[in-house]
Amino acid sequence: MTAGRRSLAISRALLWPALIVAILLTQIPLVATLYYSFQEWNLLRPGQRGFVGFDNYAKVLSNGSFLSSLGNTVLVTGSAVVGATLLGLLFAVLLDRKFVGQSVARTLMITPFLVMPAAAALIWKWSILDFTYGMANWGLSLVGLPPVAWNTELPAATVIMVLIWQYTPFAMLILLAGLQSQPREVLEAAGVDGAGPFRTFTWITLPHLRQYVEITVLLATILLLQVFDPVAIMTNGTGGSKTLSYLLYERAFIGLEVGEAAAYGVMTVIVTIIVAMVALRTLFKVFSEEGLMNR
Amino acid sequence: MTTTTLGMPVTTTRKAPVRKPARWASRRVRGIALTVVTWIAVLAFFFPVVWMVFTAFKPESQAATLPPTFAPDLTLDRFQAVFDRGMLPYLINSASASLGSTLLVLALAIPAAYALSVRPVKNVRDPLFFLISTKFMPVAASIIPVYMLLQAVGGLDNITWLTILYVGVNLPIAVWMMRSFLAEVPREIIEAAQIDGAGLRTEIFRVVLPIVLPGIAAAGLICFIFAWNEFFLANLLTTQVARTTPPVLGSFVDGRGQFLSVLSAASTIAIVPVVIAGWVAQKQLVRGLAMGAIK
Repeated sequence: MTAGRRSLAISRALLWPALIVAILLTQIPLVATLYYSFQEWNLLRPGQRGFVGFDNYAKVLSNGSFLSSLGNTVLVTGSAVVGATLLGLLFAVLLDRKFVGQSVARTLMITPFLVMPAAAALIWKWSILDFTYGMANWGLSLVGLPPVAWNTELPAATVIMVLIWQYTPFAMLILLAGLQSQPREVLEAAGVDGAGPFRTFTWITLPHLRQYVEITVLLATILLLQVFDPVAIMTNGTGGSKTLSYLLYERAFIGLEVGEAAAYGVMTVIVTIIVAMVALRTLFKVFSEEGLMNR
Repeated sequence: MTTTTLGMPVTTTRKAPVRKPARWASRRVRGIALTVVTWIAVLAFFFPVVWMVFTAFKPESQAATLPPTFAPDLTLDRFQAVFDRGMLPYLINSASASLGSTLLVLALAIPAAYALSVRPVKNVRDPLFFLISTKFMPVAASIIPVYMLLQAVGGLDNITWLTILYVGVNLPIAVWMMRSFLAEVPREIIEAAQIDGAGLRTEIFRVVLPIVLPGIAAAGLICFIFAWNEFFLANLLTTQVARTTPPVLGSFVDGRGQFLSVLSAASTIAIVPVVIAGWVAQKQLVRGLAMGAIK
């Protein structure tokens, strides 16, 4: 009994340093953001700082920037997640086959995920999608199509394209792990029973992959909800690419409206919590089904 | 048929049932066609990276041209130009913030994950749930108070503070991944060590640590990649002395003249450490992502 208690005390001692650091670095600032959000506070007018109740929230909800940014975030995150998952599934299926240079192909495929997002955004903007010298428009001209002003006319699509490019390898890796965890006997049995590759895929592989697809979508959503780099580097939030992260950055560090930006921050957190609760619940359901939590 | 795989082990060897020669031949043709399609898709996906590295070796006058120059005079001159513009200190800052934060994260995450997976803790869900949930919170939501605090204590443009913040960013992922790896250690081994009267230190350092070393490498690598590539905090919280690589890359865009090769050279230098590390440790990387994601 005392040994058990001692053991519990040791476990606590091992756990607390990490928890304390996490609380100090993430929770305290969040509380401070909440506090700021009830204040009138512009850095250019430090004298006028004061408590204003829900004024900032009223401003945030009434001026339309928040709702349009929320819409942009949903559009950008949603398209990028769906695009990356579908392409990731395609590449996972292609790379699961044995073929000449399979491991080299996989190595090349994971590279976009390793590329620094700032570098990726700059190279896509200036080298691939540039109106005059970009490779994309040169490719279009080869097939007789007119050039497209990607960065200025289709800013949201531009950001989504780069995000899909960076996150397809991420989706592919998880889905490939899923494909390779399929029980071989089942696939062989399907083959013996005369099921063609297509039917085997739809009736055996896809149901097996469901859990992996769910996890891919959840993790990619969490990572992409915070997306900032390509927006800041490629479009500066123009034309439907202004996500919540960028809006908050703009209000706080360009507009210097601390109170109002803090209110955006709190609203962003609330939206994220709603998404995260759904995501976490599903993740933990996966856990308990595997019996890992009960060990 | 023997295929050597450098990366993940390919566990699925699907034997096709014996068929008539004609159908076998058509299957073979289809197989080759699929391999060709796969390679075209992979190379198309990898193209932006190739093009960036290729452009980095061009003289500036042949970088942004229409049509693109495919047979330029290759030169190392633009790499020299990147370092002449003082890139080295930024790379050193990136390296120290990434390495420092990764080591700190591992020092905090391994004991915590150990407590969460191996040792008996009541309500494993609560601390784990809390740690993961901090990762869901947008960094943007806590940036305002962090910025104010650092400004107040003179901590802006300070590499130590940036390193500490990266610990907060990466800690949840590391705990999450390490917990999965530790859960895989057979309980019998740990119990045997405890029965033999091994103290906590022996239990951890002599028994468990050697088994999970590949897992630690995987978690460390992923934390390093995220820290090396981080843009948002680095861009806001550093200006000159502690500036890291990602926010510096944009300064190679020059509104007055041609800049595409020097930008490509700077980006190539910026991505090389992480891309090479990711390629070499591909197995760990895949394992880390898959483990963190699936279990």
